[in-house]
Amino acid sequence: MMTPVNPSTPVLEVTGLAKIFGGLRAVSDFNMTIQKGELVGLIGPNGAGKTTAFNMITGLYFPTHGEIKFEGTSVVGLQPHEITRMGIGRTFQNIRLFSNLSVLDNVRIAYHFHSGYSLTDGILRNANYSKNERELTEKTQDFLSIFHLNKFEGEIAKNLPYGQQRRLEIARALACNPHLLLLDEPAAGMNPKEITELMDLIHFIREKFDLTILLIEHQMRLVMDICEKITVLDFGEVIARGTPVEIQNNPKVVEAYLGKGAANVA
Amino acid sequence: MELGFLIGSVVKIGAILAYLYGLLWVLGHKKLWVKIVGVVAAFAIVQLAFTITIGDSTILNEFDSGLVFQAASMTMIALGLNLIYGFNGQFSLGQWGFYGIGAYTAADITFRWINGDSRGLLVVGIGSILGAVMILGIQKWLSRLRGVPVLSAFTFYLFGSVLVGAVAVVIGNALNPAISPLLGSAYEPGPLSQGIWLQIVYFLAIIFAGVFAGEVSFLFGLPVLSLGSDYFGIATLGFTIIVNTLMLNSDTILPFPEMKGGRGMIGIPKLTTWFWAFFFMLMVIIIMRNVIHSSTGRTILAVREDETAAKAMGIDLASTKLLTFVIGSFFAGIGGGVYAHYIGFLSPGTFDFLAGFNPLIIVVFGGLGSMTGTIAASFGWIFFLEGLLRVLLGQMGPDAPTWRFVLYPIVLLLLMLIRPQGLLGTVEWGFLKAPFVRPRENQHTASDVVEG
Ligand SMILES: Nc1ncnc2c1ncn2[C@@H]1O[C@H](COP(=O)(O)OP(=O)(O)OP(=O)(O)O)[C@@H](O)[C@H]1O
Ligand SMILES: [Mg+2]
Repeated sequence: MMTPVNPSTPVLEVTGLAKIFGGLRAVSDFNMTIQKGELVGLIGPNGAGKTTAFNMITGLYFPTHGEIKFEGTSVVGLQPHEITRMGIGRTFQNIRLFSNLSVLDNVRIAYHFHSGYSLTDGILRNANYSKNERELTEKTQDFLSIFHLNKFEGEIAKNLPYGQQRRLEIARALACNPHLLLLDEPAAGMNPKEITELMDLIHFIREKFDLTILLIEHQMRLVMDICEKITVLDFGEVIARGTPVEIQNNPKVVEAYLGKGAANVA
Repeated sequence: MELGFLIGSVVKIGAILAYLYGLLWVLGHKKLWVKIVGVVAAFAIVQLAFTITIGDSTILNEFDSGLVFQAASMTMIALGLNLIYGFNGQFSLGQWGFYGIGAYTAADITFRWINGDSRGLLVVGIGSILGAVMILGIQKWLSRLRGVPVLSAFTFYLFGSVLVGAVAVVIGNALNPAISPLLGSAYEPGPLSQGIWLQIVYFLAIIFAGVFAGEVSFLFGLPVLSLGSDYFGIATLGFTIIVNTLMLNSDTILPFPEMKGGRGMIGIPKLTTWFWAFFFMLMVIIIMRNVIHSSTGRTILAVREDETAAKAMGIDLASTKLLTFVIGSFFAGIGGGVYAHYIGFLSPGTFDFLAGFNPLIIVVFGGLGSMTGTIAASFGWIFFLEGLLRVLLGQMGPDAPTWRFVLYPIVLLLLMLIRPQGLLGTVEWGFLKAPFVRPRENQHTASDVVEG
């Protein structure tokens, strides 16, 4: 966004958010405030409504109730692409790359709304096209090299190893120049070594791109290690929030994960 | 004789494929002068084959040259469909309808012109230019308002179109008396309906026919594509049927007695020369290739690959699909105009929805998402099935050519089993290949933390 944002305005402010599918309350009365620069975890058992919350924030689902404010502006009712252009980027739980396109094109696509030339320039192949297309390609290549993906740039995305696909998805989301990045289970399917690399990557991009990050994750090592604040969702409701240490010692959380009675044992 | 004919046909098909390969290769050459010389040569080769006689017929005889023109217009139609279906992933059966609109529109313009009536050109020309201005204007205005529901937007465009149409008719009627004396009649052509002027009118007729088809597709696609594309295929089928019905009743429901409804429109000037067919085919190929390899083109592909991810990348799905649909229909309209002026006669039967599966089969056959495949398949298809097979079957009995319609699906079925990605998959030749991207030295060797 062009308008300068008051530093005290939360990057994301969600109040009373709810989503009902038929008779199923996937999310109910979800509240969350994220300040600039924070790295927040959103955890909860399977089916707790975490992804649904992401989908509402990014405009893929229309909330049944509630308000979502991004940098002080309501995004409820906006189209997903408008929300992305405002500065919310995301990745998906099950990787959603443009599978048959090259790694380079996967990222180049992100620049389409500030490519610097129009379709007419593209059809006429004029100087404006050549200049901007070259700049845009070089920018993408530099960007890929930050993620050590440059050696794969001509590769078709679906042929990449799994870990690189995750990495590419994050790179692609960042190419949209977001202020807030939503990561949906970025470590899913990764081995311990890859998880360590991912944690480093998250730290790195956070500094480099001055990001605020909200991430969903089941890998407790990752969440407890890198998140400063954690919100726990169960059956669509927030059951706890706090620092990693507070969350680990919260009986309600243990109960949600391990079942009733487990809290006493632990 | 049959064996000779068979061998001859196979040689011809091979020669045509080699020709197309050469054309794409030379177009993709780095040096401008090679390109120009190559294109002129490519034009001349076919032109000479039409004119040089060996024995008692030209190298490409009357029948063959007909096939060349059919293949050229089919190339434009099928490329447009491949853009919509193969590159953007929207299954459409409407291409045939837009082809028909283009054919009738262009034919009406030139037919009226040579018969002393300039209103065809004036009304369609002014209408399509004002229409484009109107659409772009309303688009800008709506984007500033934000959040206008699709159907309200559609209403604005619809009113805009009606208004533009009325204005165009009024202006056309007002200007016609000044121009028509210069047109003469079909028997005594006036100064403006012969020579270079007629060629200009022909050129404008084809372009306006394309633009008009594009505008119709905009009005049709806006509500259908924005409101979810699950029924897009069915809706486009309906569209083709409606267009066909209007053609059948063009002299009763529509006020166009010269189109003669179901009896077919005759007396269209045969203005499509090889020069024009080649010119428009190249124009379509170049425009489409440049669109695909632009930033907008990448969004078109992204929508096909994954709509949800495309949205999350800031791509406006509805407008990307609509844009693709309009460009594809524009190509169909151009193809229609070229066809009409080659054949000189338009019958609604040609635009029957069943025949509308032809470009679809060609696109699937050549490869969804391969321009090269579509071009090669258009020529191969016409020459193999319409040329070779029709003649061979024709020798077996008067009704045998109908068996082509049994053979088409069988060929397609076999192909789907053996090579589901189409003959060429997504392979492109020469000019159509994605531009080479030079790898870049790492200036930004990232910090060690992101070691992968
Ligand atoms: N589009 C939908 N239609 C109907 N029900 C849905 C839809 N999306 C999600 N749900 C349901 O909402 C509930 C929450 O799903 P959600 O995907 O948000 O869970 P989650 O917390 O992300 O779980 P996981 O950890 O398994 O990814 C589930 O019961 C799910 O079946
Ligand atoms: Mg989930």
